[in-house]
Amino acid sequence: MAMAALRREGRRIAAPLINPHPINPLRSSLASSDREHTLLGVRSISTQVVRNRMKSVRNIQKITKAMKMVAASKLRAIQTKAENSRGLWQPFTALLGDTPSVDVKKNVIVTISSDKGLCGGINSTSVKISRGLHKLNAGPEKECKYVILGEKAKAQLVRDSKKDIELAFTELQKNPLNYTQVAVLADDILKNVEYDALRIVFNKFQSVVAFVPTTSTVLSPEVVEREAEAGGKLGELDSYEIEGGETKSEVLQNLTEFQFSCVMFNAMLENACSEQGARMSAMDSSSRNAGDMLDRLTLTYNRTRQASITTELIEIISGASALEG
Amino acid sequence: MLRQAPRFLLRRASAAAMRWSRPFSTDLPAETAGDSKFVDAWKKLIPNIDPPKTPSAYMAPRPPTPSTIPSKLTVNLVLPYDSVLSAKEVDMVIVPAATGQMGVLPGHVATITELKPGILSVHEGNDITKYFLSGGFAFVHANSIADIIAIEATPVDRIDQNLVQKGLAEFQQKLHSASTDVEKAEAQIGIDVYSALNAALTG
Repeated sequence: MAMAALRREGRRIAAPLINPHPINPLRSSLASSDREHTLLGVRSISTQVVRNRMKSVRNIQKITKAMKMVAASKLRAIQTKAENSRGLWQPFTALLGDTPSVDVKKNVIVTISSDKGLCGGINSTSVKISRGLHKLNAGPEKECKYVILGEKAKAQLVRDSKKDIELAFTELQKNPLNYTQVAVLADDILKNVEYDALRIVFNKFQSVVAFVPTTSTVLSPEVVEREAEAGGKLGELDSYEIEGGETKSEVLQNLTEFQFSCVMFNAMLENACSEQGARMSAMDSSSRNAGDMLDRLTLTYNRTRQASITTELIEIISGASALEG
Repeated sequence: MLRQAPRFLLRRASAAAMRWSRPFSTDLPAETAGDSKFVDAWKKLIPNIDPPKTPSAYMAPRPPTPSTIPSKLTVNLVLPYDSVLSAKEVDMVIVPAATGQMGVLPGHVATITELKPGILSVHEGNDITKYFLSGGFAFVHANSIADIIAIEATPVDRIDQNLVQKGLAEFQQKLHSASTDVEKAEAQIGIDVYSALNAALTG
């Protein structure tokens, strides 16, 4: 009866550890080593195996905790910058309005993403929104191109939209973000890409656990003039006196370029904050998960240990009783 | 795990409370009717994903043009890394427009102007605050709100005379030794900025 119970115990412990499709070497070695034990049904898996597993899970927990702390400190550094830059795009939206539904021939979608992974789902969200915008703005005579900032979006978009990718920039966060760098980048993009409307897709940082996918639209000077004549949100633009510069179109050109660089600066800062925040919560849930796994493994370890002690005792006692009787 | 849950919730709640006790002054969740066309078009084509938000959702709508001229001008001076003045009520501002110093009073006609490096002076009653701007744009709206967007703005008393002289000499040297158009343009920009700084200190 005790033997049957032990056999059942052994199979119960071994069952979660025997994976029909072992993925990593640790698991496959576990499977092979304890399969012979459970077939006998007498001795269950050795405590060594469980101890090794616990050690690796504990290391993973330490690593993810450290990554969370690093992300938290990086977030603190960049959050004040992002908050301070929020006033930068508001005058442009106040002047030129917000026109995401504008109908133009040449759309360029600027997707901002991170270079490193392990940051939750924000990059996938940005890519989904970019694809959605692409679909929304596709049509006869209309073309829609991508400009990608960051490795992660590039990896995802290259798979199905390779011919639509105009430019890709990576390794933007090697140095802390500052306006000069973004201005140079914006200049690069504006020089190399023909556009009527630029749609910037990024994750706005609302709080440490909330990131809202957002899209800002920057129109080219010709489209601004066209929309101003057509009326609607930009209709009041004609009532503004244009001072400085030589002609109205030059000033509008400078205005568009300035708007693009300001909006890009804010978008990149917000996305960087969102990345760090998402990494914090991803690493936090990973550490918690590792902690749970460690608890379960500790229970398994104790059960295994007690089972092996009981087995030894039974052997001794049955040996002794066999000698007597 | 259940034991840790209340501790975890408390930690999250306190973190959230810490965040929300400092509301973002430039963030206001106001949904405007202008994006409804975009939202509808999105929902028709891509029903499974929520449409992205647009900047107007994060901005308080500006007040309409009043019928009488208001007594004060509302000024916003923003830089990439800071909002120096936000919604400050003043009597007058003098901006360094590309065509010369331009004074803006409440009720000024709506204007878009490029700025060149120079001094911005903000007049509030009897106080005059002067900032040296490196350039940018200024919008004056019909509702007596002035938005000034510059790359750098420093109070004039923080500028060092010696460094200005040195910088001016250096860029003049660069202009003489410049060979390509790009170098000449860069040197010229440097000279413009430093001469404006010089004028700011002396004038």
